[in-house]
Parts: sequence; structure tokens; C-alpha cells
Amino acid sequence: MKCTRCREPAEVKVRAHNSAFCRECYVLFFERRVLRAIEHEKMFRKEERILVAISGGKDSLALWDVLSCQGYTTVGFHLALGIGGYSSRSLDVTRRFAESRGLELRVHALADEGLAVPDMMKATRRPACAACGTAKRHYFDAAALEFSCDVIATGHNLDDEAARLLGNVLHWQTDHLARQRPVMQPRHEKFVRKVKPLFLTSEYETASYAFLRGLQYVVEECPNAAGATQLTYKAMLDQLESTSPGTKLSFVREFVARGAAAFERPEGEGPGGTCSGCGMPSFGTLCSFCSLRAEVDRKLRSGAATRGDGASR
Amino acid sequence: MKVRLTPQGRELDVDGVKIVGDLLRRFSVVPGTVLVIRGDRLLTEDTALREDDDIELRSVVSGG
Repeated sequence: MKCTRCREPAEVKVRAHNSAFCRECYVLFFERRVLRAIEHEKMFRKEERILVAISGGKDSLALWDVLSCQGYTTVGFHLALGIGGYSSRSLDVTRRFAESRGLELRVHALADEGLAVPDMMKATRRPACAACGTAKRHYFDAAALEFSCDVIATGHNLDDEAARLLGNVLHWQTDHLARQRPVMQPRHEKFVRKVKPLFLTSEYETASYAFLRGLQYVVEECPNAAGATQLTYKAMLDQLESTSPGTKLSFVREFVARGAAAFERPEGEGPGGTCSGCGMPSFGTLCSFCSLRAEVDRKLRSGAATRGDGASR
Repeated sequence: MKVRLTPQGRELDVDGVKIVGDLLRRFSVVPGTVLVIRGDRLLTEDTALREDDDIELRSVVSGG
């Protein structure tokens, strides 16, 4: 197979675009796709400061690599989830990536507050992904504020968005469909815009880019993801894609371009209050993260009391 | 040839496959869900394979 651009031997075939590329041409193709998405959706401008949420996986590191190479001002933010060896390795590759390129990286460890994801799971009996998502939303917002960033960029890719869209359509989650956007505008002055520059690039494309650029990333999956419904949707979409290349791309791209408007509704008021726990905007006395934290604290205290841990102190 | 599946960590000996596409079919892998790696190169489905090859099939699927 030859490169569509230069006729050298190809390393990557992009079936959705009926093209194949050699290493150099593929990196160029990928960068252009990401930059086009950023410009077309008006995600951010060169002079803005971007908080890039870095998990240590292929998508977030590929995103950080493209943005930093293209001269954007970035701050990497890694939330250490406390999920055993998986989290240790994720932090390790993230640190090495930032150090090798001299990039600014901020790290916050949930375990430092007694809120490692396994502990939150045990204390609240909530699904791990629900507690993890609540913590990520809170710390990404707080980090953007603390480090004076104008926008938060995450590594959600085409497969993530297609799987989410399929789930939302199958269950007609109209509230969620109204919020499924590559750009989400803030609803409070303390919040910033959230963007997904990889929303039109597939997992295969980001993994190929990461490999060809020599990025070391965590290949293993989060142990809590096993059996997740989203993975079932992804597998079904991969089957469709194999018989009809470009299905995922048109599903997501055309939803954003033509379908999403049908679910739009007037944006409600943003949070009107301030969380008494963390000072971030909140609809109630406590924001959802501080409510979760309070629930964990209560359970741990009652558990300690049941065991009599405090009696001898 | 030796075939390593990551991140599962399994390693298998495979005989009788001539090209990458055959290898993917042997493992019932949907194209586009794995990187096919030989050394420092990615391989496309039509790439010829040798008996002494050391191949990594690396999953690209993430998330939950």
C-alpha cells in the first residue's frame, strides 16, 4: 500500500477517508485534522491559555503533543486517581512526557485527601466511573481557575463521542443530547469553556499518531472500565465501521452539524450560589463534588465508630 | 511468528499467515481496533509477514 500523498510505503490506512499515509504524511494529516476542528468549532485562539486534561493515555498525550508543537500555551493537568498500579504508571508517563518537552504540568492526587477512587467506591457504593467523573469535573474546573486558564481541553475522541451519542439516542436522553457538543460554553464566570479537539479523530488515528511520534503512553485500560456499557457500544460501532467505513465520522459530525439543533433549549440559569465546601459555583449549599466528599467522610467516620477506632484515642 | 497481544499480555506462536489481514482474521480482530506493530513500524493490512516476525497487536480501544 502506498501513501496517498507521496507514494512512499504507507504505515497507516485511514479507511474513513479512503486514504493511506507514510509516517511523515500521516503526522501532517493528523495535525491538520485536529487544527481544522479547533478552527472550525472556534475552540480557542493562539493567545489563550489552555488547561489540557492529561490521563497518560494515547488521546490526551497526542492532544498535548499537537497543541504544544503548534505553539499553543498549555498547562497539563493530571488528576491522580489512586487506582493502584494503573494510576502510578499513568502519572509516571505523564511526568516523563512533560519533563522531556519542558512543559508545565500540575498534578493533584485524590489519595492526598482520602478520596482515592477505590475508597470513594467503597464508602458510597456509587459506580467508580460516576465518582471519578464527578471528581474530574470539579478538579478540572478548579484547576482552570487556579492556573488562570481560558479553556479546558480534553482528549475525548471520535469513538468516545460516537459511543456516547449512540447511548443517548438509544435511550432518547434528550437532556444529554442537548449537551453533547465539541464546545461547551461556561455558565458561570468562574467556569471556562470546555472543548474536545479530537472529537473527529478516531481512536485508531490517535493511537497511530502517538506511536509514530514515539509517545510513551499507558496502553492498559482503567481496571474499572471492564464491562462498561460504553465499550459495548464501541464494539458495535466498530462492526458497523468495518462494513461501512466512515459511519462513526458521519454519525458524530452530522449530529453536531445538523442534528444537535433539534435538541437545543434555552440555557437555564447557571449555578447561582457558592459551595460552602470549596467556594466553587454551586446550585445548592454544597456542589456535587463536596456532597460526594461529605458522603465519603460520613461513611468513613461511621465505619470507624462501628469498629471503635476512635475509642482508645 | 510470535504475536504479542497488548495490553492483555498474551504471547502466541502463529503459523501459516501470509499478510497482516490474514493475521487479523485469525484472531477475529476488527480492522481499526488494533495497531499492528513490527519493530518501530506500523503495518497496513496488505503487508507481507515472515515466519520469523515478532508482531505486536496493540488494542486502541479505551474508555468506559
